[in-house]
Amino acid sequence: METILLLAHTEPDGLLGKPALEALAAALALGGELTVGLVGGAAQLAANQIAGCGAARFLAVTGEPYTQSRYATDAAAAEALCRKAGAALVLAPATSRWARALPGVAHRLGGRVDTHATNLAIEDGAPAATRWFYRQRMEAVLTRSERPWVVLLDSGCNPAWSGPAGTAPVEAVAAEAPPTRTTVTGVQAPKADEQTIRPDAKLLFVAGAGWTKKQPDGGMHGAEAETLILGFLRAAKASLGGSKSLVDLSGEGQAVLRFMTHLNQIGQTGATPRHPKGLSTCCHGEEPHVVGWRFVNQRRAINLDPNCGWARGKADVLYVADAFEVMRHVNKLLGPPG
Amino acid sequence: MSTPLQIVVCGSIVPDPLQTLEPVAGAAAPSLKNEMMLPAILDPWAAHALYEAAHLAQKTPGSKVWLVSLGPKAKLQQVMMTVAQKVPFELVALDGSASGFSDSFATAAALAGAIAAIPGLDPSKLLLFGGWESASRGAGSTLQMVGERLGIAEQFQGVDQIAFREDGSFEVLERIEGGRHQVSVCTAPPAVLGWATGHLPEPRNNPQVGMANMRAILPALQRAKAAPLAAAGLRFHSVSLPKQQRQTRVVKNMPAEEIAREIVAWIGEE
Repeated sequence: METILLLAHTEPDGLLGKPALEALAAALALGGELTVGLVGGAAQLAANQIAGCGAARFLAVTGEPYTQSRYATDAAAAEALCRKAGAALVLAPATSRWARALPGVAHRLGGRVDTHATNLAIEDGAPAATRWFYRQRMEAVLTRSERPWVVLLDSGCNPAWSGPAGTAPVEAVAAEAPPTRTTVTGVQAPKADEQTIRPDAKLLFVAGAGWTKKQPDGGMHGAEAETLILGFLRAAKASLGGSKSLVDLSGEGQAVLRFMTHLNQIGQTGATPRHPKGLSTCCHGEEPHVVGWRFVNQRRAINLDPNCGWARGKADVLYVADAFEVMRHVNKLLGPPG
Repeated sequence: MSTPLQIVVCGSIVPDPLQTLEPVAGAAAPSLKNEMMLPAILDPWAAHALYEAAHLAQKTPGSKVWLVSLGPKAKLQQVMMTVAQKVPFELVALDGSASGFSDSFATAAALAGAIAAIPGLDPSKLLLFGGWESASRGAGSTLQMVGERLGIAEQFQGVDQIAFREDGSFEVLERIEGGRHQVSVCTAPPAVLGWATGHLPEPRNNPQVGMANMRAILPALQRAKAAPLAAAGLRFHSVSLPKQQRQTRVVKNMPAEEIAREIVAWIGEE
């Protein structure tokens, strides 16, 4: 097996996040000699966290410029680590930080890059990556002969590495921070009680445009829809997704669920989150939306149309019912959030 | 912000998302069954990038937008009949494969070459736009490599907003984990911005814009150079459709209260 470099950046607490530990487990499973390359303000805490992983070397680019997620500095750090390690295969978690920087790094190294890999295994003695094409509509296994080969692994596809911490010897790698015209000024996040996207939630709750349409009494009940959905999200600790038709309504200035943004969109031009279960409401289950459910294992839907897309093999259970009525009862049964 | 902008949008075509897609094995790489027959659209995220570019250009007099598109010439022409009616732009066409199975490295090389050859383009003023991923390859790696080839190290991905300031600097909102945005300020172009959905709705068709665009689009298509995409080291072992077809249990006439009980029990299962 070829030599492997695992690239990981530290989180604000100085440690490695779950996606990095998952990528570490994937790298170890390949069986080649492993070097860990760390980027961040400091790296010792992170190296100590995985001291028992069996890596042959721990390299690090550290310093104030590398505390921030920014293309120019991240690419410079990753390039320096790759050149120092000289590994044929470079693995990294597909965090927003690495997804932004590493394709450019692969170019600088004269290598190639593949992203959104869901699996990496040895086939015919060489590493082969599995990834989806056409927005999760077909799956391919591919290999490359060019080296270095940079592969970004999607989170949620491998178990996170766990093992003994310790004290790891970290070799500092010099990387001159490049001049940059970009300053990271902060992060915009919804208030804690308005946070509707929870990547680690066990349940994905998807709302479709039906919530904003006329109901059997002839009226629209946007306010009640908001109360029902937010009440459910709090009680079930679920993550919220939306269909394209619903999130697009906000862009067109129509009556909408105020907490629903394009960030919640699931499907062809939205996210493809990984949750064990998904509950769809007031959504027709058309193919461009359902491709975003590719990694949701157990699926149920509530819709008034018995012939909607969910009925055609896309959900395990379709309840032909009024979602308003059902969710009122569901929220009663779940009670106030604990 | 009064300095005119030069915005190049990279965007190709993809099969209409409502079409059924089926992979077929090819000599060098897989392709889609009846690929040339499938109705196509401008890649959705690239379309968002184009609309954002046009919106910015409209607000800044003297600005110009180019759309650099790599795809089979005949399919490009079909798609441009629709896209041309949305916003003003000048097309730079490359005649080649728009397949999701082509290599982003080769695609980036072709696009960078075409951009560098645009007459009158000032690289120091360039804003390079595109979708942060395509709906075909979905890799999110092409723009970064185009940027590298053009020497641009200020790059942003998953962009939902750009706001120019009086001094020519601009603030960018990029999507990061957990439904949040990272806020950055860049002092000036050039920069690469891979757009997510942004905030603009799809513009209505404007026949006058369409006629003006088409006068230049048709000659651009005729001038389109062939862009073969080499990917010698890339080998596909397999390509397959997901096999899972669920046996859906359709529940009719069950009281809402009972459905609710069933759903709550299901949520609670490990």
